Amino acid sequence: MNNTLLCGVGGQGTVLASKLIAFAAMERGENVRTSETIGMSQRGGCVVSHVRAGENIDSPMLPKGSADVIIAFEPAEAVRNISYLKKGGTVIVNKKAVKPVTASLTGSAYDGSEALAYLEENVEKLVIIDGDDICEKCGSPKVLNIALLAAAAKSGALGMTVDELKNAIVKRIPEKFHELNLKAVELA
Amino acid sequence: MSKRFLMGNEAIALGAIHAGVNVVSGYPGTPSTEILETVAKNNKDRNIYVEWSVNEKAALEVAAGAAYSGARALVTMKQVGLNVASDPLMSLAYVGVKGGMVVVSADDPGPISSQTEQDTRHFGQFAKLPVFDPSSPEEAYEMIQDAFEFSEKYGTPVLFRPTTRVDHGCASVEVRDSFEPNKPEGFVRDTKRWVIFPRASYLNHIKLEKRDPVLGDEFSSYRFNKLSGSGKIGIATHGISYAYTCEVLNGSGSEYKLLKISTPNPFPEKLALEFLDGLEEVVCIEELDPVIERALTYIIGKHHLNVTVHGKLDGAVQPAGENTVESVREVLSRFMDTKPCNAVSAQAPELPVRPPVLCAGCPHRASFYAVKQAAKGKKAVFAGDIGCYTLGNAMPLDMVDTCLCMGADVTIAQGIRRVDPDTVCFSFIGDSTFFASGMTGVVNAVYNQTDIILIVLDNSTTAMTGHQPHPGTGVTMMGDVCAKVSIPKILEAVGCTMVRTVDPLDLAAAEAAVSEAMEMKGVKAIIMKSPCIAVTKPAKLCSVDEKKCIGCKKCIRELGCPAIVLTDGRPAIEPSLCYGCGVCAQVCPVNAIGR
Repeated sequence: MNNTLLCGVGGQGTVLASKLIAFAAMERGENVRTSETIGMSQRGGCVVSHVRAGENIDSPMLPKGSADVIIAFEPAEAVRNISYLKKGGTVIVNKKAVKPVTASLTGSAYDGSEALAYLEENVEKLVIIDGDDICEKCGSPKVLNIALLAAAAKSGALGMTVDELKNAIVKRIPEKFHELNLKAVELA
Repeated sequence: MSKRFLMGNEAIALGAIHAGVNVVSGYPGTPSTEILETVAKNNKDRNIYVEWSVNEKAALEVAAGAAYSGARALVTMKQVGLNVASDPLMSLAYVGVKGGMVVVSADDPGPISSQTEQDTRHFGQFAKLPVFDPSSPEEAYEMIQDAFEFSEKYGTPVLFRPTTRVDHGCASVEVRDSFEPNKPEGFVRDTKRWVIFPRASYLNHIKLEKRDPVLGDEFSSYRFNKLSGSGKIGIATHGISYAYTCEVLNGSGSEYKLLKISTPNPFPEKLALEFLDGLEEVVCIEELDPVIERALTYIIGKHHLNVTVHGKLDGAVQPAGENTVESVREVLSRFMDTKPCNAVSAQAPELPVRPPVLCAGCPHRASFYAVKQAAKGKKAVFAGDIGCYTLGNAMPLDMVDTCLCMGADVTIAQGIRRVDPDTVCFSFIGDSTFFASGMTGVVNAVYNQTDIILIVLDNSTTAMTGHQPHPGTGVTMMGDVCAKVSIPKILEAVGCTMVRTVDPLDLAAAEAAVSEAMEMKGVKAIIMKSPCIAVTKPAKLCSVDEKKCIGCKKCIRELGCPAIVLTDGRPAIEPSLCYGCGVCAQVCPVNAIGR
């Protein structure tokens, strides 16, 4: 069984990423259960996708302490969901903080650095990704999800290989975006 | 059969298609929306009639008419939509149907995107309707087909009640490759059957009461009501809580009896008695209301059994909110061994809160701001409504004083005005909500001569639920182009003293229109017309000229746009979020923001 938790802020593209993981697992002949955040939270709130692949899975949501890998699109969201990580699990985190409007309004100093320091302290297998850099090189802010997925695949913890990810991209994303997304896979 | 990866709502839709559904109607509402959308997507040959109705009451009546005519009909809505549809539904339970009719009412424990935590299972008891409660997408696919069969067999509409985690969970589902289409006979006149009268209702009431024990017995052997295990402790559960229960108990080594109730009404009493036999204690794991818990307590009393019941009523289970694997583990671990939780915990730093906000570039932000500026210094009340624009309540806009239910903004404002005659009463309503239940409220104000200012936030879509068309958009779910119903023409026709359409992104013009309305008598309507950013391309993006910016932060303090962030103490515009609405450029006192 492989358990993945994707977390971020509404609008960052977590849902598509979870669909690609699920697609690859289905292609391998595994059963899949997922759970998504759809609705009001998509408007800039915290979003979480649970993806579980394998046999004898009951709950579509991960039990706490069971994630093989957490793919966090934002540092604070990784920390918020860290209780889902199993002992020895991997965290892939995008280093750029998304500042909520409330932080700008109150003049809070949140910039993600404390969250990253916490992760470095507490997570053995941590991969920090400069998503902005990859997006800039690809020329689109929309490839963040693919870049993070690719990093997770390369870490070996995702239960999905880089080739499986490429296959999922080709089969599940419109053709005009293939080149862009495959480039993001290489750069991650 | 073939295996497909489906969202619960997609599984429900495909199940209905494979049951030979002929007519599907509904009104959008999280978490139910994707059901009707999926039927429409899988309707290339146009064999099924699909519509977004103007509201849930209309949707239910369209489905009822189709079912009278022998069609298999599906109607979809969220739980609060069922309240709107309850007038026809209560009577329909007495009248009955010819073709199978399934009413999907999606409940939302938490609540995650709803006004209430109401439980549709109660509605089934109240309306005397059978209720189906699926626990997974796989089960939902099969169960909706069963629901059509039961509906036709007993000549009654049935309720189908998934919850958010079933609707929005995805799973590998075995689906049929072919199905038998249903050929409706057409409407056959029979006034004794289709015209509701007190005498007929009395007789039908007797029939319903006689039917329920028979149906309850049939449900006792229904394939998705499951009884397993042995021992002196029993667990009774349902829906997604069944999955959580299995998650914490499978492989735990504990001895227990497990009852899953998929048909809470009429309650399968025989099966429940079999479950209760030999038990000392029962733990009821439910979301929303203690429906199973009360039914078991009743059966235990009726049969003088010596079984103690735990659940929401004795405080063993939380009274409100969603269950989780962890909450179920916590409850059950007081009665038996559960699988351990392996979560690692370390003191985490303080994290930013992220309440949902209006998107960057959302025209509602401009509309609220324009009204706020025009009403500055005046005694005013801002009545809000259901939709993305409920988010206008957030700081710094703070422009929603009330929000109750669909359409209530218009009429709540009138009630406030009657008590506070020197207050300017604004009501804010979206375009889809206006058609759903706002129009009658406007007529009420005109007829009763109550001065209000109606602000129609017309973004040409039903945004919050994922951009469904409505009567003002000129397209239907069959893919046809149709005449657009004009909001300003309606408002003129009912007698509003002022009807003005403005672009809210032109702040000065919008503010001037509001100021003018405040000087007039009667029901004044301003249509703030600008499309939702999710259905339009961004304009040229805005940026802050660092040389001109004086760092006053007025743009941040007054607009609260998520694209404007504080970087090193200065406002900066995040290009990946900006839509180029240009409202911040109009607010900046020193013209430091431009495209």
